[in-house]
Amino acid sequence: MATGSKQGFNWVKLKKQVFSRTTYRGILAIIVFTVLWEMCSRLQVPIVGNVPPPSSVLKALGQQLVSKSYWASWLDSYVRILTGFAIAQVFGIPLGLLLGVNKKARDLIYPVFEIMRPIPPLAWVPIAVIFWPTTELSMMFVTFLGAFFTVVLNIVGGARSIDVRYIRAAHSLGSTRADIFWKVMLPATLPSIVVGMTVGMGITWAVVVAAEMIASRSGLGFLTWQSYVAGVYPLIVIGMMSIGVAGYISSAMIRLIGRRITPWLRTY
Amino acid sequence: MSQNQLIPGMGAGEMLVDNISKGFGLGPLRKQVLCNCSFTLEKRKLTVLIGPSGCGKSTLVNVLAGYETLDGGKIQIDGQPINGPGVDRLVVFQETALFPWMTTFENVSYGPQVQRKLSKEVYTHETMKLLELVGLKDFKDKYPSQLSGGMQRRAELVRAMINQPKVMLMDEPFRGLDAMTRALMQEYYVRLFEEHQGTNLFVTSELEEAIFLADKLLILTNRPARVKKVIEVNLPRPRQFSMLTSKEYQTCKQEALELLHEEAMKSFAAGAVNAADFLEACSQMGQDQAVPTCTGEDDAKQ
Repeated sequence: MATGSKQGFNWVKLKKQVFSRTTYRGILAIIVFTVLWEMCSRLQVPIVGNVPPPSSVLKALGQQLVSKSYWASWLDSYVRILTGFAIAQVFGIPLGLLLGVNKKARDLIYPVFEIMRPIPPLAWVPIAVIFWPTTELSMMFVTFLGAFFTVVLNIVGGARSIDVRYIRAAHSLGSTRADIFWKVMLPATLPSIVVGMTVGMGITWAVVVAAEMIASRSGLGFLTWQSYVAGVYPLIVIGMMSIGVAGYISSAMIRLIGRRITPWLRTY
Repeated sequence: MSQNQLIPGMGAGEMLVDNISKGFGLGPLRKQVLCNCSFTLEKRKLTVLIGPSGCGKSTLVNVLAGYETLDGGKIQIDGQPINGPGVDRLVVFQETALFPWMTTFENVSYGPQVQRKLSKEVYTHETMKLLELVGLKDFKDKYPSQLSGGMQRRAELVRAMINQPKVMLMDEPFRGLDAMTRALMQEYYVRLFEEHQGTNLFVTSELEEAIFLADKLLILTNRPARVKKVIEVNLPRPRQFSMLTSKEYQTCKQEALELLHEEAMKSFAAGAVNAADFLEACSQMGQDQAVPTCTGEDDAKQ
């Protein structure tokens, strides 16, 4: 596989990126947003004013950050996400490649796939709960579905749009079929795999939060919904923001992995 | 060949193209692209193929490379019929076909690596030698997207050369380069050829380039393509750009120009009708190309 030129870590570049105008502007934007929000609440602006103000959210957050159950919610959601997502990759990547490369397999499998695909993952919740022995498994299954179809579709698209010149060149240069798969088709499809993973991860969070609200007794989605039911409004906001942060961390991880495995795409 | 040394061009072979034909499309939409086309690529000679645009040059290269099957006729290398793509006939494409996910080094050493005939030390050494020869040694760890157009062409040239093909097929390899780079590449290429003396087929639509490079010039007819005329170019080697003003060059060019003009006119006249039909036929292509006839309809016209 490809190996780029190896250099030491570029501290100068990092420093410049961290202490940049973009960063300052970002911080400023967050401060302005928080102040406006607080003012809306204090001045009793209709509708928006009903949202608990940052001051009470921060107070509640202080309690949550030291509470075990709050972090347990994080853990539960992450376990569901990562398990479902990982299984979706394990099955989705090979299936996507098979469908992309082999016409016979595509003809046989694609029709069924195309019927299942438009069903929103959440529509699977009832049957998943019946089908799987534990709620935990049904949550993971629904999460899996969320990522699975996106991953497969992206890979099929990527594998089918490989430029024929690459395949021809590889043939001419004396490749075996295995060489063509491992050294040409797979790397040529990697960018699509990364895109599938990025989009899939987004969908996974949407799915897991909703599924937790419907069918689970734990996780960040449940935390948010439970706070609403119990009337603890600051906690709703904390639940939402936690989901936001968790989703951001997951996407950042995928981006990092993506950049690692496709080094030729970030060359300038 | 000794196991420890690769000398590019060493395994040069002779390619015989005998009466081949090839068409695309089905039924009434079928269009003949090559019809009764015959020629020989002589051993250790640089044969240049030139013809009006859209006459089927690229199809011809694809057929020679083994990417497309023949409808009729036969192609042999050193008496052996060809069968599918092979390392004995390597193509340098119109646009770059370097693998974007491999560094220059990995691209160039790809052939020896997958053929598994040479040890890693040997092919690493050979790759470096060739990269140095074309001035890409310092770019060995760069990806193709980090190379300039001319560098990409050179990398691709050595990616083919390292495999010592019996025949090198160059399909308009310098198209799309700017005039300066193009001239430099022509000089580079002609030096490489003169040093290594492989059997080369060079396809182009530029007459000046054609004559500058060629030992033998094949002029193709309008579609369906066949060889209209073979012109021997007797300019001495090594070739210099100053020869472009010599009398032999002018005579050669004059003769070729007249022939090409004639074909271009035909192509122009037939163009409007043909283009429409051809596009239609192309849209049906790739399904099945099983009508192996090269009918006499074209012969009847003449």
